[in-house]
Amino acid sequence: MTSPAAGLHARVVDPSRGVDVTVTVGPDECVALVGPNGAGKSTVVETVAGLLRGTDSTVHLDGRDLARLPAHRRRTGLVAQRADLFPHLSVTDNVAFGPRAAGAGGREARHRAATALALVGVAGLGDRAPATLSGGQAQRVAIARALATDPAVLLLDEPTSALDLDARAAVREALATARTGRPTLLVTHDPLEAVALADRVVVLQDGRVVEQGPVEAVLRHPRTPFAASFSGLALVRGTATAAGIALDGGGELASSTRTVPPGRPVVAALHPTAVRVGRDGTGPGRTVTALEPRDGLVRVRTADLVADVTVVTAAALGLAPGVTVRMTVAPDEVAVYEPAG
Amino acid sequence: MTAQDGGPTTGRDQRQRRRRTTRPRLPVPWWLPVPAALGGLFVVVPVLAMVGRVDWGSFVALVTSPASTTALGLSLGTAAATTGIAFVLGYPLAVLFSRSTARWVGVLRALVLLPLVLPPVVGGLALLAAFGRLGLLGAFLDEHGLRIAFTTTAVVMAQVFVSMPFLVSSVEGALRVGGDRYERVAATLGAGPTRTFLTVTTPRVLPGIVSGLVLCGARALGEFGATLTFAGSLQGVTRTLPLEVYLQREVDPDTAVALALVLVVVAVVVIGVTSLRTRAVVA
Repeated sequence: MTSPAAGLHARVVDPSRGVDVTVTVGPDECVALVGPNGAGKSTVVETVAGLLRGTDSTVHLDGRDLARLPAHRRRTGLVAQRADLFPHLSVTDNVAFGPRAAGAGGREARHRAATALALVGVAGLGDRAPATLSGGQAQRVAIARALATDPAVLLLDEPTSALDLDARAAVREALATARTGRPTLLVTHDPLEAVALADRVVVLQDGRVVEQGPVEAVLRHPRTPFAASFSGLALVRGTATAAGIALDGGGELASSTRTVPPGRPVVAALHPTAVRVGRDGTGPGRTVTALEPRDGLVRVRTADLVADVTVVTAAALGLAPGVTVRMTVAPDEVAVYEPAG
Repeated sequence: MTAQDGGPTTGRDQRQRRRRTTRPRLPVPWWLPVPAALGGLFVVVPVLAMVGRVDWGSFVALVTSPASTTALGLSLGTAAATTGIAFVLGYPLAVLFSRSTARWVGVLRALVLLPLVLPPVVGGLALLAAFGRLGLLGAFLDEHGLRIAFTTTAVVMAQVFVSMPFLVSSVEGALRVGGDRYERVAATLGAGPTRTFLTVTTPRVLPGIVSGLVLCGARALGEFGATLTFAGSLQGVTRTLPLEVYLQREVDPDTAVALALVLVVVAVVVIGVTSLRTRAVVA
């Protein structure tokens, strides 16, 4: 590893969970950590926070070595899925808790609490008891509580996944305020959240980094199946041709965005709603392996290609597992590029 | 639906909602009330019978006799001291037990909670073996002019031995229920272990501490076997109320019954307080 500089540099090793992940976050950067459940996202966050100790893990923050420090000396702000406000303290006292722990007097701590609460847009809630807050309000108070300590790094562990959609927007706004000016690590399952908050995406799978890059690039041209499903795309493998891609599963798809010389192994990213399904005609032939209901549509799965069709279409075509269909995609909707590695 | 995904809800709203949505009671076998009623009567009848035996005309005189007030004062004083000591020693034990996962801690917990199931007389014998004049530590203390057995200190020690496990298990239960998520949050906010213990953990388990203290105090107040064995029955020094009741039973049954009633009243108050506390915790 290069010599530690500004920002967060963490190598998280946990043999018992099969995790070995290196993450770097710039001084004013937000990195989204995505991946399937059990990929090691929370292990990374908790190791940086000092709540998990891995003997082989190293954590450097602005050149400071945090690995030997207990959690309360690390100056990491953590906002998790649940707000976990102290139930016996008022909102103000919850937010003032960090400043008090840092040695501030009562008046000073309350002042800082008020500032932090105003920053995330819940200035009027100071006297309330945590039990009287809505989920979104509680989460914004939790953000204010983390901010009031002026953390050197901000850790957001699925900060909006327990909230309803209306509350998410307000909380996300508060998070955007919170992340400015400090390295931020964001664990999320929500591509919108990654777009709104993060500069880069790091994709974890089975305890390893399998893909990383700017949010825009990873969402548009995912190189791993998880990154593809994260942005709602389907990924198919094949070989570059003059027109587009010859699929490993047979058949060819034309693409209007092709830059790879023919003969190279490539992947094609396409959106399932862009795939047209018919019983006959042109296009690669595939056998339906499964049908799944999905947001009012029917997801048609085959060995590689995936299509979303309306219920009416599915009924008209008589779709069922085992049925052979033809799948076509407009060239505009097929992005062909070289896979990772 | 949980309170989290709705709008703002107040604690009172939730309680009212809980009260309104009642399920129909689960049917019980038709014969079940018979043994249940017998069980209830078995406990209630003797107590009522004893109340019936109280000679109300001389009740006040009997209860306020010098021997009685001395015993009552000694009981209340030693039980209070016991409760305080049990808290100072037992709370840290409960915290360590609840935090550790090591197997030897499990063994240690079983040993510390042993007095819960041990006959108190055996506890008294064990204390004598350790702190008696010829005991393991007692001999050493005796050489330095400290005699513990058959003093008021011995009464308190006997009570702590028998009643501290109640506090430990009650508080440990409360500590385990909540998990450690608030403590973890406190750590990320920069609070060291001591601050977290005092300002996060203790307020969180306060209901468990209170009910533990009440149970512990009640057990101390009723302590008989270990006290008699280790501390004896010297009036004004080691003769607590239960010992006085036992003594008077042969000499003056009326006094014994009157004093017993005092203990019953204390017990009823204790149960009332704990059930109120429990309800407050559950709600």
